Amino acid sequence: MIPLSWYLFLSAALFCIGLYGVLARKNAIAILLGVELMLNAVNINLVAFWRYLDPTQMGGQVFAIIVFAVAAAEVAVGLSLVISIYRTRGTVVADELDMMKW
Amino acid sequence: MTMDLMGFILVALIAIATAIGMLYSRNAVYAALFLVLNFVSVAIFYLMLGAPFVALSQVTVYAGAIMVLFLFVIMLLGAEKLPPAEVLPWQRPLAFVLALLLFIEGIYWLSVKAGTTAQIASPDATIGTMDAVRSMSMMLFQEYLLPFEVTSILLLIAMIGAIVLTKRVDKKGGQA
Repeated sequence: MIPLSWYLFLSAALFCIGLYGVLARKNAIAILLGVELMLNAVNINLVAFWRYLDPTQMGGQVFAIIVFAVAAAEVAVGLSLVISIYRTRGTVVADELDMMKW
Repeated sequence: MTMDLMGFILVALIAIATAIGMLYSRNAVYAALFLVLNFVSVAIFYLMLGAPFVALSQVTVYAGAIMVLFLFVIMLLGAEKLPPAEVLPWQRPLAFVLALLLFIEGIYWLSVKAGTTAQIASPDATIGTMDAVRSMSMMLFQEYLLPFEVTSILLLIAMIGAIVLTKRVDKKGGQA
């Protein structure tokens, strides 16, 4: 059986790659892709802890399912925000959306 | 035993490689397709952990619905190519340092707590698949019924929000 810490290493690596994507990418859609990757890394953690701590308690899997639903809602609202921004400003580059700069 | 480890390492390499490929592909369509591959490899992890329902939901919801939505918006906006203009020169190095710091911190605490994780590293490998799905749905619809219903309201609100945000409003205040 694979040690639990391997799953934790893997999900930490995926989370950090997603974080780098969120911080470094300029395309607003690519930023949302990074957020998706981070949510996935958290889900790996939830399912791995469920499996290794107490497989009879199904809380971890239930949380993972709820995270799926939250991710779907987040993507729908985020992408419609991107569409709305594109309509008003004509761009999806995050650097050019500086309306709130002083 | 070793087959398990080999499979884990192979799928982990695929997951990491596709995640990095998502970062460094300049075309947003390629980034989204790399992320689909990453989601499928994560679904294989769920299967290895003995959670088939979560794995199949991952494939249908994430790799299916969500990524199709992404690709649809990318194609709709024509935003797949971006000019390589570097507006903030310190953004990329700073992001790299911050993400690396978080990773090192996580690895550090994992190795400090390695004794604790070693203690819980031996689960009993005897959970029937159908039993797991059955007891998970029992828990979802009994103990976690309220969060389940709240999730449905959340989805409804997200749907209304998406419709309102993307609805085209013309200049005179009327709705077209």
